[in-house]
Amino acid sequence: MFENLTILFNEVYKVLFLLIPLLTAVAMIVWLDRRVWAFVQKRRGPNVVGPFGLFQSLADALKYIFKEIIIPASANKIIFILAPIVTMTLALISWAVIPFSEEYVLANINVGILYLFAVSSLGVYGIIMGGWASNSKYPFLGAIRSAAQMVSYEVSIGVIIINVLLCVGSLNLTDIVMAQENLWFILPLLPMFVIFFISALAETNRPPFDLPEAEAELVAGYQTEYSGMMYAMFWLGEYANILLMCAMGSILFLGGWLPPIDIYPFTLIPPPLWLIFKILLLFILFSLVKAVVPRYRYDQLMKLGWKIFLPLSLLWVVITASYLYYFNLLPVN
Amino acid sequence: MIIHSIFFYIFSIIAVFSAIMVTVSRNTVHSVFFLILDFITISCLFIMIGAEFIGMIMLIVYVGAVAVLFLFVVMMLNVSQQKNTWLSGEKNSNHIPIGLLISTIIFFELIIVAGGWKYKPELLKSFSSIGVDIDSTNTHEIGKVLYTDYIHLFQLSGMILLVAMIGAIVLTFRKREGIRRQSYFKQISRERKDGVELVDVEKNKGVNIDV
Repeated sequence: MFENLTILFNEVYKVLFLLIPLLTAVAMIVWLDRRVWAFVQKRRGPNVVGPFGLFQSLADALKYIFKEIIIPASANKIIFILAPIVTMTLALISWAVIPFSEEYVLANINVGILYLFAVSSLGVYGIIMGGWASNSKYPFLGAIRSAAQMVSYEVSIGVIIINVLLCVGSLNLTDIVMAQENLWFILPLLPMFVIFFISALAETNRPPFDLPEAEAELVAGYQTEYSGMMYAMFWLGEYANILLMCAMGSILFLGGWLPPIDIYPFTLIPPPLWLIFKILLLFILFSLVKAVVPRYRYDQLMKLGWKIFLPLSLLWVVITASYLYYFNLLPVN
Repeated sequence: MIIHSIFFYIFSIIAVFSAIMVTVSRNTVHSVFFLILDFITISCLFIMIGAEFIGMIMLIVYVGAVAVLFLFVVMMLNVSQQKNTWLSGEKNSNHIPIGLLISTIIFFELIIVAGGWKYKPELLKSFSSIGVDIDSTNTHEIGKVLYTDYIHLFQLSGMILLVAMIGAIVLTFRKREGIRRQSYFKQISRERKDGVELVDVEKNKGVNIDV
């Protein structure tokens, strides 16, 4: 019994060791996002609170905590309150399988990539629940848009994952990274990386695909009726999801925690820092896209997902499989 | 082992409870949410017996795709008028005998299958010639069986799904007249002379633009 308790505390300690840096990172990443955005538009961005405005997110968080939470009278109260909790939880639990190095991984499960895919496909529920429970027109329209968008882009992300899995021969995330020791998959699968990046933008409702919360059409989409801390939870969940997509991109295509070349000056930097560096790189790309690209029209978005990305990634599966088969490179174990 | 059984009972209780709530709950949207909870707990049970691949596929397919469509359809209904009259229904109760009949049949089928598993294990083994390798992951094992011994059945099920998909598209597809579609090719290949025309307007005559 006592041993079990020790194991339990050990696990809780590990979870906290992952969770607290993650939440801090999410707060910091919001600041970074705004700074990059401002930089592109020749503004200053948040620069008042703390050095370089670093504590801006902290100030925002305090503001959100002390604001009143308003629940609309005609809303479905239980689901209305559950929605941001679901979004936040799903955004955080997927980090359990992300390997930061060969040792630093909370749960090294056999079907890691499937787990990531499953949890990210559950993410749509937070949005649908929020939109429906608000019992108001704009949130409902936003929720429907978002659900259709996320379901469509998930399909192409799934097919892209199949491409990578064909080259690896395992669903384990650590194996996926180790398979890239000699060659990162971004080089042979570059078109897939581009499609993955764009699909990730759509999956996380980032501009130019932020139609669910397009302020010109839908006020703020599914978050319209939310206020105070509940709104902040939606927001944090969204950013945690963006970070997760960046982590997924760096694990699938950029070699995870591996340095670019396995020689002396690169090996000095510890593996987790490499992964964090790659996540940051992808995230800055995400912010740049937000700053420079105008919003898509909804039918164009759907057309892009179903008529261009899906056939293209399916075709690439055929190409990858035939190439591996013809040159006898299929991973066998 | 104790912890294992504690978790098993927690998940089973949640699964049974939410399965009951699917039929009892008054609001249809709540029913769908309980159905989702049921799917999730059952995939947790799958993972607990070591079938992590099936558990994850269950999450992706049922919760991630099928239940979203369920929710879509149910949300389109008028929420305020939805009252589930399963228990208190007076007139629409002729579906209860049929439901009871079907569920009884399924229940006995399950009993037969589970009983065979428990009391005649050697019979089950004689059906399949698959030797399961304990050491490799069950994803590998499923792959080995699915793409070798059962490849024809696997492809057949794929064909059935394809036919069903095409059938659904054909059934719901209707050609509508008078829809303006965007054509990138047309837009890009448009030149100045297609859009702009210089006209010398005569005094006091005007010009007719409805050509």
